[in-house]
Amino acid sequence: MNVKGNVMMAETKLKPKDMPDLSRFDWEDAFRLDGQLTEEERMLRDAARAYAQEKLQPRVIAAYRDEITDPAIFREMGGMGLLGVTVPEEYGGVGASYVSYGLVAREIERVDSGYRSMMSVQSSLVMYPIYAYGSEDHRRKYLPKLASGEWIGCFGLTEPDAGSDPAGMKTVAKKTATGYVLNGSKTWISNAPIADVFIVWAKSEAHDGKIRGFVLDKGLKGLSAPKIGGKLSLRASITGEIVLQDVVVGEEALLPGVEGLKGPFGCLNRARYGIAWGVLGAAEFCFQAARQYGLDRKQFGKPLAGTQIYQLKLANMLTELSLGLQASLRVGRLLDEANAAPEMISIVKRNNCGKALEIARLARDMHGGNGIHEEFQVIRHMVNLETVNTYEGTHDVHALILGRAITGIQAFC
Amino acid sequence: MKILVLVKRVIDYNVKARVKSDGSGIDLANVKMSMNPFDEIALEEAVRLKEKGVATEIVAVSIGVKQAQETLRSALALGADRAILVEAEPGTDIEPLAVAKLLAKIVETEKPGLVLAGKQAIDNDMNATGQMLAALLGWGQATFASAITVEKDFADVTREVDGGLQTIRVKLPAIITADLRLNEPRYASLPNIMKAKKKPLEEKTAADYGIDVTPRLVVLRTDEPAVRKAGVKVGSVDELIVKLKHEAGVF
Repeated sequence: MNVKGNVMMAETKLKPKDMPDLSRFDWEDAFRLDGQLTEEERMLRDAARAYAQEKLQPRVIAAYRDEITDPAIFREMGGMGLLGVTVPEEYGGVGASYVSYGLVAREIERVDSGYRSMMSVQSSLVMYPIYAYGSEDHRRKYLPKLASGEWIGCFGLTEPDAGSDPAGMKTVAKKTATGYVLNGSKTWISNAPIADVFIVWAKSEAHDGKIRGFVLDKGLKGLSAPKIGGKLSLRASITGEIVLQDVVVGEEALLPGVEGLKGPFGCLNRARYGIAWGVLGAAEFCFQAARQYGLDRKQFGKPLAGTQIYQLKLANMLTELSLGLQASLRVGRLLDEANAAPEMISIVKRNNCGKALEIARLARDMHGGNGIHEEFQVIRHMVNLETVNTYEGTHDVHALILGRAITGIQAFC
Repeated sequence: MKILVLVKRVIDYNVKARVKSDGSGIDLANVKMSMNPFDEIALEEAVRLKEKGVATEIVAVSIGVKQAQETLRSALALGADRAILVEAEPGTDIEPLAVAKLLAKIVETEKPGLVLAGKQAIDNDMNATGQMLAALLGWGQATFASAITVEKDFADVTREVDGGLQTIRVKLPAIITADLRLNEPRYASLPNIMKAKKKPLEEKTAADYGIDVTPRLVVLRTDEPAVRKAGVKVGSVDELIVKLKHEAGVF
């Protein structure tokens, strides 16, 4: 008793952080991200997860196989408040933090990168520029209907001959007495064939050839958006071109608040940040699926998960996921403090996409032959992530952005 | 009519509960907690009654630790108009009788026309609070409700009982506890979660109501459920019968 009593005494003098027993590990939340979030952020995340798992998950396999984009998904997302998470409430948004936006992206992409793309384009690439660069009339006219999903938006920057180098765009806006005439073509535009609202970037002759943004309504003469067929990735999210043939618009189509490449990049930075979180959702799905498969599947008399090579893969996956989540959270907090730099977003967009793709490929492999079947879903995530690794700044182009920041020398050309 | 809805913060239904190493209870450190699913159903019913114009105000009440605020915020996001938290010291397990006594006090001041609660909380499955509250108030009770129709002075409640359904009529005010099939709760939309932050949440303590919440029960031990033993394959029907007779003791 006496001896034991002395031991107890010694233990009570130790501060909790110095106690020999550390806390219990939770492989589903390695660094206790949950505890780093506010109550509000957790509630928003859980609501997004409930919607994604109960409404999106049951239809994604068929939607992907049959290449169907259901416009009703926009209304549903709008009803849940998933469109324009960071846009203020007075314009129909949620008025929440960038961290919340990231958490929502992760939950949607846990189901499918295509669904997350539909949401990111609407939120970051259409609602954001209207909110940030538009007039008060623009905000009142467009934002509430985009937030509710009644209207679908798209963002036209990339052109057949201007991808990583958007400054090389050929789309032009010529000044007329009452507005502009737009000519050019855009390609790889998410949502375009079903869009009601088009954000189009063009070189404006009246502004010394600087890039300006225009907001166009569906149905304008000379404006069309044919679907791009034959896509073997992101099949649940429709993609098209935007063709502008002498499209006449009034002065009010011009987004007054920005000029130059800073306009589209302001949108892209936010979308890329959302992607950094989103891809981790897809990768987490793949990781958890591989873990479960490894526990269930027995070969040579024991579960695959009981082999060293399988465990090594799972350990690598969990490590990258955990580090990626922490980095994304940090960038999100900095965005909320208005203290984030584009290069930070390049780090997380690039790294998380690359790592998510690697995790999905590993998960596909760990599923053996079953891994190629739609029912196990890992190959769909894997093929989707090939796109996400490429769009919104390829893995290599983000390396060049970082290289320029590190050395002060641009190496794009 | 005002409806009081009771919501409890419990270990999430997806979480595998673990017994603390000293056997004193369930380890709740870093474990996901959420609203008791049966309470969610009770709340959904209240919201539907409000949408139908039967109810005019929904007050959500929770008794528990400070973090039960989150549960009440969820209730506000799902449609409750305001919330009351009766806070307990961390680590105190407030037993059903103490909860019922506190609720009786709240009912005295709030004067609801109806109290809705889940039939039981999924953490300790007591299935007692609603019944005890009815007894303390001298109100009618309708437990295990799978359908509720509220009229002016009474409610018709269909109850899930062994072997079928029973419909009873209770005079209002009354306590109704919700069973699984009463409805399918909605989820909170993001804008409603944000709006919930602005709804009033009153914080009280048990002392404010003059109720002694000291536990009357003593937990002797908590054990993990016994691990299921592997089965055996039998070669024939005869062998099966022998085993059933001599090992399982069926005959």
